[in-house]
Amino acid sequence: MIERTPILNISTHVILAVGLLLILFPIWIAFVAATHDLTAVNTAPVELWPGDQLWANLTAAWELSDFGPKFINTLIVAVGVVIGKVTLACITAFSLVFFNYRGRMLVFWIIFITLMLPLEVRIVPTYAVAANALSPFQVILDVTGISWLVATLSGIQISLEWNLLNSYTGLILPLVATATGTFLYRQFFLTIPDELVEAAQMDGAGPLRFLWDTLIPLSKTNIAALATIMFVYAWNQYLWPLLVITDRANYGMVVVQLSDLVPDALTTGGGTPTWHYAMAGTLAVMLPPIIIVIFMQRWFVRGLINTDK
Amino acid sequence: MRRAYFKFSWVAAALLAPQLLIIFVFFYWPSAQALYWAFTLEQPWGGGNTWVGFDNFAKTLSDPYYWSSVQVSIVYALATTALAMVMAMTLAVFVDRQLAGYKAYRVALIWPYAIAAPAVGLAFRFVFNPNAGILSYLNVVMPGLWDPTQIAWQSVFTIVIAGAWKHVAYSFIFFLAALQSIPRSLIEAAAIDGARPLRRMFDLQLPLLTPTIFFLLVINITDSFTDSFGIVDTLTGGGPFRATDLMVYKIYSDGFRGFDYSGAAAQSIVLMLLVMALTFVQFRYVEKRVHYT
Repeated sequence: MIERTPILNISTHVILAVGLLLILFPIWIAFVAATHDLTAVNTAPVELWPGDQLWANLTAAWELSDFGPKFINTLIVAVGVVIGKVTLACITAFSLVFFNYRGRMLVFWIIFITLMLPLEVRIVPTYAVAANALSPFQVILDVTGISWLVATLSGIQISLEWNLLNSYTGLILPLVATATGTFLYRQFFLTIPDELVEAAQMDGAGPLRFLWDTLIPLSKTNIAALATIMFVYAWNQYLWPLLVITDRANYGMVVVQLSDLVPDALTTGGGTPTWHYAMAGTLAVMLPPIIIVIFMQRWFVRGLINTDK
Repeated sequence: MRRAYFKFSWVAAALLAPQLLIIFVFFYWPSAQALYWAFTLEQPWGGGNTWVGFDNFAKTLSDPYYWSSVQVSIVYALATTALAMVMAMTLAVFVDRQLAGYKAYRVALIWPYAIAAPAVGLAFRFVFNPNAGILSYLNVVMPGLWDPTQIAWQSVFTIVIAGAWKHVAYSFIFFLAALQSIPRSLIEAAAIDGARPLRRMFDLQLPLLTPTIFFLLVINITDSFTDSFGIVDTLTGGGPFRATDLMVYKIYSDGFRGFDYSGAAAQSIVLMLLVMALTFVQFRYVEKRVHYT
């Protein structure tokens, strides 16, 4: 379409440039703060042009927060959550779409309702469950009288205990259930033609072989889209690791370390706030998911839009 | 509907089991637990619980701190949503004109989505700090004019700006996708009819965006209510004097710092009902939207 709209074009560029400036400005200020020394970041007016202390501040923040092992922990958790979510979404949706049994809609709704129960609103009792992941079953056994029955018959006291606090399992497991991922996969599986299923059956393939040999290769783009958004989601987890991990030295995640870099009375003891370290740490923590999003942009956008609609 | 199925076998059940187990243990059980705690008075882990009916709710609802928390949560939700959506929509509409360099704009406006909420909070804590932040010159002119660590409304202002900033990228992605799914032929038909770009924007593109606007409105409000913990925790810590004590933050501090499980549970139930209502609205809308297409 050819239209001459010189004035509008100039205004478009101006509006976009202003918008971009507004978006980039806070990050730029944070970046600049990470490149100056203690006195410079603490003198008004705010520095607008980078100094030469970036590397020094990064290494200092790295040491201060013990980022080395924390980055490895975060990577382990993020990859664990991604694998868990993609696998669970895939097999659940497969069962829902390719088998015909009663109660499929019920299962679908059970999964759907979890969307209304975000972690934040059930945080206290979820923490209690993480302290003993088998407690629900223990309570059920106790209430139904099975514990009592077993105890009187065999003399064995049932006490189920599985503590998830301070473990990778505790960080990963409660985060892997995924309604959105299941929907994304279900949508995709519903587009698979019946003929493909029939052909597989004619060739004597069972459901698992069909899933592994036909559906998974076909769903590669789905996996890429889901994996990208879930990696960002898992990397940025804050509230859950903050609670579940008290042994920060061994299991701490990088985002939680940020709370220690906050230069308030607790960390600086009333001294000059160490903004330069705080901002350097912030940059280091935010970088990996940003890189993922920029490089996987296509999959990321697709995943985001398909899971939320 | 599908007609070719695999025969039902233990495989189907085994594939469902892991997700259902996790959902039961980490979603339904804790939610039921919250309900139970909300109606009982419970000592943390063990000890007796006594049934107290609606006492916990009555106590929560008569607590002035709770109402100020609800109030600031509503202000935060509405303000961040409005700011973020207006900004995102304006940018998306102009990026969609696809002038030179629009791809660069697209990338530059998407990546903030990837930044963790606590990192956003910490960055804005520096940006707005009273001694060396961007508004510190106000204090040079008149000492004490700008200090979000002491002045309540300024503290609320900083979390609103940080929250809105964080939400812009998300809304932008959806607006741009919606704009790009408008058939080019429609736009060209309007152009042939003599509608100039601005007229097409207001009379064609914006009306066609209504479903997206509504969807984002609900999603952003829901997110602002539930997902604000990270920003508040690193930016203000709920202060000064509880001025930014959002509902989620209050549940956390009452439950884990005050060890008031019943009170936190009652607040959780209120927030849960709110999220359910919002999700319900959104779902109704999603169902309705099917008729359009």
